[in-house]
Amino acid sequence: MIVYLVRRVGQSLLAVMAMAVLVFIGVYFIGNPVDVLINPEATQADILATTERLGLDKPLWQQFGIFLGNALQGDLGTSFVYGRPALDIILERLPATMELALVALFLSVAIGIPLGVWAGLRPESIAGRTIMGGSILGFSLPNFWQGMLLILVFAVLLGWLPAGGRGATTEVLGLQVSFLTWDGLSHLILPAVNLALFKMSLIIRLARANTREVCLQDYVKFARAKGLSPRRVVLVHILKNIMIPVVTIIGLELGSMVAFAIVTETVFAWPGMGKLLIDSINLLDRPVIVAYLMLTVLIIVGINLLVDVIYSLLDPRIRLSEMKG
Amino acid sequence: MSQLLDVRDLQTQFFTRDGVATAVDGVSFTLNRGEILGLVGESGSGKSVTGFSILGLVDPPGRVTGGQILFDGDDLVRGGEPLLRGLRGKRIAMIFQDPMMTLNPVLRIDTQMIETVQAHAPVSRAEARARAEEALVRVGISSPAERLKSYPHQFSGGMRQRVAIAIALLHKPDLIIADEPTTALDVTIQAQILSEVQALCSQSGTALIWITHDLAVVSGLADRLAVMYAGRIIEEGPTAEVIARPRHPYTRGLIDSVPQGKRHGARLAQIPGMTPSLLNLPEGCKFAPRCPRADAACAVEPRLDPSGPGRAVRCHHPHGDSETRVLS
Ligand SMILES: Nc1ncnc2c1ncn2[C@@H]1O[C@H](COP(=O)(O)OP(=O)(O)OP(=O)(O)O)[C@@H](O)[C@H]1O
Ligand SMILES: [Mg+2]
Repeated sequence: MIVYLVRRVGQSLLAVMAMAVLVFIGVYFIGNPVDVLINPEATQADILATTERLGLDKPLWQQFGIFLGNALQGDLGTSFVYGRPALDIILERLPATMELALVALFLSVAIGIPLGVWAGLRPESIAGRTIMGGSILGFSLPNFWQGMLLILVFAVLLGWLPAGGRGATTEVLGLQVSFLTWDGLSHLILPAVNLALFKMSLIIRLARANTREVCLQDYVKFARAKGLSPRRVVLVHILKNIMIPVVTIIGLELGSMVAFAIVTETVFAWPGMGKLLIDSINLLDRPVIVAYLMLTVLIIVGINLLVDVIYSLLDPRIRLSEMKG
Repeated sequence: MSQLLDVRDLQTQFFTRDGVATAVDGVSFTLNRGEILGLVGESGSGKSVTGFSILGLVDPPGRVTGGQILFDGDDLVRGGEPLLRGLRGKRIAMIFQDPMMTLNPVLRIDTQMIETVQAHAPVSRAEARARAEEALVRVGISSPAERLKSYPHQFSGGMRQRVAIAIALLHKPDLIIADEPTTALDVTIQAQILSEVQALCSQSGTALIWITHDLAVVSGLADRLAVMYAGRIIEEGPTAEVIARPRHPYTRGLIDSVPQGKRHGARLAQIPGMTPSLLNLPEGCKFAPRCPRADAACAVEPRLDPSGPGRAVRCHHPHGDSETRVLS
């Protein structure tokens, strides 16, 4: 297990490095931030001075070397716009995004798995068909459009929930969270539902397909032949088997939740990292963009690592072969 | 010996997109306590579906559509789920063909055994575990306490089948339905498991329905044989009698296609033609198109009629006792 972990951590670090190179080069080609930052009436000398101050006159590989050296010390550069460390600015926004993503993930799992299993157990029933139909909608309608529809119905027409912003927050362990007060919660519901819908559809379909497949297995029939209650057959014998692919997807999707949050945060004016990224791209605030991308990569790689560990705990067959290998 | 199981005119159908397939059609047989019945037939003849029908485990689109299954006097078809739930695993157990697939791959052996004990007996986990260990010992698995902590993939095929048999024996059932439990195993292990199951059943007075397509396997095991073809029983009787003097041309064909030592080098006889599709069965006798004895009379389906003590055959032109079997 230890060998396995060390190997996986090594792989993860490689992935982060590769991403760092890609991100840095990619951002370099977006445009010259000096053009955006500088006063249009500035002289050539001013431009040169700014370029030098920001370190943009050095060759690309040198800029990358400096960036990497600083990054290893936890310094991802200083925002051109705010004049503060890029990482600090992002970390300030991180809790809002993470809260949104986690609540959305929770919703999609807590609703998606039961619905998917139900539809898988009774694929021909009306409920089963309705669930599948609904999931196709959640799957194919664009995310931002679903968001605007939610705002239209629940905020504008019914007036039950606010249309945007984060509302009141409470401090827990040094983090600002929304879900503990009604005001915060009411601001959280719509964006979380919006962000959850797509993943929920995905999980429903996955859980349904896997349930149908597992139901056909001899071990399910054998479990029934042993005289177990249908409840136990479903909750233990079937669920434990479908959890393996579902956990993998959940892990992968938490990362993409953070990425998807960009759209939802923009639609609902949610003050998270995604909205910050959009603003920074408009301003060509290179350090913030790079820092955002690097942090996202770290989060996704970290989650994947965690998923692999959970996965091996769930599936005894993997545990064995990996420990041997 | 008293009667344990009385299946009368059982009919099980599958309602598929292409039509209704009657996988089991008018099957009747009885089984006494402690008796071993061999249910033989080609692939697709309805043996498994018969077994699943008894336990009420036929899945949609299939359904038992007629007949009675009297188990110790109770009709399992009428009684439905509530009655069956109490019997499954407790008084009627089942063993499946593929030992690699019958144990849940993500649950430890102890979980799978303890849940079976606790499904029918209100005992503590410790007590259930003790019973599970006992059961493993009974099927010849040593250091059971350790083995219980393993996962199925850590066992060989033969060991897994032993575990499945141990699970089936947990509640000392009155009846075990064994659906080709040795087909997927090596020949040596096959023989071991056969003799072990036989011994265990005679010890505990458990009746056994042994489903197989391999006559050689059941001939040494079963007290009686029932031969199935296209969802029907076409011949039934004491094993020795049926093997020595098969009445139905199909049974005779089956026996002639079993390799035998003394016929070394001789060509094996084959039954010509293929099993008919259930969706497109011939009128009259279902075996007629493949039968060397078929004539105009076979356009009417024969009934399963008695033919000698304890024997019955579904044929208009059965072989007589005087006819010796053609060897070679
Ligand atoms: N799920 C199903 N859907 C449709 N038809 C089915 C289904 N299961 C079984 N059948 C039908 O029932 C017939 C008998 O199947 P069964 O499994 O009982 O055969 P068998 O005698 O056990 O054969 P084998 O030796 O291959 O196990 C099959 O030919 C098939 O047409
Ligand atoms: Mg079968």
